[in-house]
Amino acid sequence: MSITLTENAAKHVQNFLTKRGKGVGLRVGVRTSGCSGMAYKLEFADAADSEDLQFESHGVTVLVDQQSLPYINGMELDYTREGLNEGFKFNNPNVKDSCGCGESFKV
Amino acid sequence: MALLQIAEPGLSAAPHQHRLAVGIDLGTTNSLVATVRNGISTVLNDVHGCAILPSVVRYCADGSTHVGHAAQLMQSEDPHNTIVSVKRFMGRGMKDVGEVGNLPYRFVDAPGMLQLRTAAGVKSPVEVSADILKVLRQRAELSLGGELVGAVITVPAYFDDAQRQATKDAAKLAGINVLRLLNEPTAAAIAYGLDNAAEGVYAVYDLGGGTFDISILRLSKGVFEVLATNGDSALGGDDFDHRIYCGVLEKAGLSALSAHDTRLLLTHARTAKEQLTDHAQTQITAVLGGGELVDLTLTREEFYAMTQNLVTRTLQATRRALRDAKLAVSDIKGVVMVGGSTRMPQVQHAVGELFEQTPLNNLDPDKVVALGAAIQANVLAGNRSGDDWLLLDVIPLSLGLETMGGLVEKVIPRNSAIPSARAQEFTTYKDGQTAMSIHVVQGERELVSDCRSLAKFELRGIPPMVAGSARIRVTFQVDADGLLSVSAREAVSGTEANIVVKPSYGLSDEEITRMLQESTQHARDDMLARALREQQTEAAQLLEAVENALQQDGDALLDAATQARIRSSMDALREVITGSDHQTIKRSVEALNLATTEFAQRRMDQSVKSALAGHKLSELE
Repeated sequence: MSITLTENAAKHVQNFLTKRGKGVGLRVGVRTSGCSGMAYKLEFADAADSEDLQFESHGVTVLVDQQSLPYINGMELDYTREGLNEGFKFNNPNVKDSCGCGESFKV
Repeated sequence: MALLQIAEPGLSAAPHQHRLAVGIDLGTTNSLVATVRNGISTVLNDVHGCAILPSVVRYCADGSTHVGHAAQLMQSEDPHNTIVSVKRFMGRGMKDVGEVGNLPYRFVDAPGMLQLRTAAGVKSPVEVSADILKVLRQRAELSLGGELVGAVITVPAYFDDAQRQATKDAAKLAGINVLRLLNEPTAAAIAYGLDNAAEGVYAVYDLGGGTFDISILRLSKGVFEVLATNGDSALGGDDFDHRIYCGVLEKAGLSALSAHDTRLLLTHARTAKEQLTDHAQTQITAVLGGGELVDLTLTREEFYAMTQNLVTRTLQATRRALRDAKLAVSDIKGVVMVGGSTRMPQVQHAVGELFEQTPLNNLDPDKVVALGAAIQANVLAGNRSGDDWLLLDVIPLSLGLETMGGLVEKVIPRNSAIPSARAQEFTTYKDGQTAMSIHVVQGERELVSDCRSLAKFELRGIPPMVAGSARIRVTFQVDADGLLSVSAREAVSGTEANIVVKPSYGLSDEEITRMLQESTQHARDDMLARALREQQTEAAQLLEAVENALQQDGDALLDAATQARIRSSMDALREVITGSDHQTIKRSVEALNLATTEFAQRRMDQSVKSALAGHKLSELE
C-alpha cells in the first residue's frame, strides 16, 4: 500500500507549501463526481484526521483517507509541463477508463 | 489526463463545475452585480430587468427594510429613515463627515464610526451597506441558481484600511465571502484591457456619485500595473446635484429648508443634471412643504458655470497622478471614462482637452467596474486556471515606523505594488537596551507627529548589548486586500513580536488627501525639521556618552582644567540643543567632539593596556 511522488512533484509540493506558509502536507483522495464516476481530490492539508493513512515520499507527507485508498493505491504523482500548462499528473494503475478531458475516471 | 493544481482544503473543484462568483460594484449612488457567463462578463438584472440598484436603504417603523428603487421613491417622503450615499460614512467618524448640517439624517456619534438613528433603530453604515449587499447576493443567487463561492467587491483606490475593513465587515454581515477587494479603476481597466486587448499606458478617470479617482495604469501582455493613483473622496455627482440645489435656493430666494424639502430639491437637481446631458436647458418645478412653488429654468451654460470648479478639481488631481507616475500627457495612450457622472458633456470635454484626445467610453460607464470585478472574481474562484494573470495594485500612502527623535523611517514607499513585503534592520539606541517600542505610521511627512499612527507594539527580551550592535529586523507585509501586518525579530535571540494592523475606524479620505498635499507643500520645512531632529538626537547621544565617560575615567585620566573645558563645551551644547537651528547644534557637537578627542584616545589606550596587562605577546598571536 503506498502513494508516491516523483522527485520533481515533491519539490513542487514543498515549494507550494512554503509559499502558502502553512500546512502539514498534501491530501490526495477521490470522490464520486464527474462524468466517469470518480474525480481526484488534491488539496493542501492543515492537519491529519484520525482515519488518515500517511505516506512519506521525498520528504513530503501524503495523507489519504481510508475510503479513497483502494482506488488510488500504487499511484504515482508527477509534476509535468504540457504545452503552456504545468500541473500534477496522476499515474494511477487502477484506472480502467477516463472521460475525454481526463478530469474524472472509472475503476 | 488533465493536469491538476493543489487546492485549499475543502475547495477542490469538481470536474466540469463552474464555481459561482460575482463582482460587486458597491457604489455611492448605485450598486451593481456582475458575473462571467460563458466567458463573457455580464451585469445581472433584477426580476424587473433592471441592472442598477440605487444604493438607498429605507428603514420602516414596522422593522421592514426597503432597498433600491422602492427606497429611492420614498427619499423625499421619509428623509430621516431613507439612507442615501451611505458609502461616504463607511469607516468614518462624526468629525470626518463635513457639512453634516446639509444632510437630513439623525447622526449618533459612536466611538470610531458614526451611526444613524432610523425608525427601525440605530444603524451603522456597515449594516446599511450589508443590506444593499444582501439584495445583490439574493439577485445573483436567484439568477445563477446556486450559492455563491464568493465575490470581488470594489472600493475606491483612496479607501484607507478602516474603510476597506468596514467594507469587508459589511460583506461578512451580508453572508458574502470576499475573495478580494479591488480598486475600482483597476476593475475598470480589467474590463477594458481584456475585452479590447489593448496595450499601453492608460488613465482611468472615475467620477462616480460620491468619489473621484484617477489612476494611471500600464497594460502590457495582459499584466496590469497601477503606476499611480490620486483623487478626491468627497467629490462626485452628488456635489454637482448640490451645486444645482444651491443655485436653486439662491435663484428662488429660499433659505433654511426642512429635511423633506432639501431631499425633494436634491432629487429634482439630479433629474435636471441628467436632463442637461441631452438637452440645452431644463425646467425645475417643485412644490415645497410650506406650499411655495419653485419653478425655474436652468440652462447648460448656467450649469457649467456653477460646476466649473468641481471639474477643475478633478483635473488638478489628474495632473498630480501624472506627476506621481512621472508621465506626460503625451504618454497616455487612452483615457477610460468610468462612473455615470462622466456622461456630463462638460466633463467629457474637459478630460478630452487635458489629455488631447477623445476619452474612451464604449463600455457603459455605470457598469464597467462591476464587469471588471466579475472577471477578477471568476479567476479567483478558480474557473480559469492556467492562464491566470498578475494584478498589481498600489499602496496609497507610505508605511513606515518611528525612529529616535520622532522621525519617520519609510519602509514601504507610496505607490508600491501590493501584495508587498519589505524588511529593514534597526538597532538599539542605548547600551543594555532590552526592549524596543515599534510605532507603525502612515504618511508622507518626515515627522511622526505629522503622520497617522496606525499601531504600536513592543519587542521585549532583546539580550543586553552595546548600543548599535543588536539587529532587529522589522518586516512590513501588505496583503492583496491592502491590509498591513508588521513583525519584528531580533537576530541573536530570535525574539519575535508582531501585529496585524486593523486600525480603528477614523481616518477620513480628506485626511489622506490633505496629508498628501501637505507632504509636497511642506517638503522644505520637513527637510529642515528632519535635520534638526537628527542633530538633536546625535547631540543627546554624545552628551550621554561623554557624561558616562567622565564619571568612569574623568578623574583618573584628566586634570581638573581639561575636565572643566569639556564640561563647559557640554554646557554650551546643552544650551543650544533645544534651539531650532540645526547648524548651531552641529557646531557645538563638533566643538565637544574636538574637546574630547584627547580624552577618548586616553580611554582607548587605557582599555587596550588593561586588556593586555599580564599577557605575553606570544599569547595573543
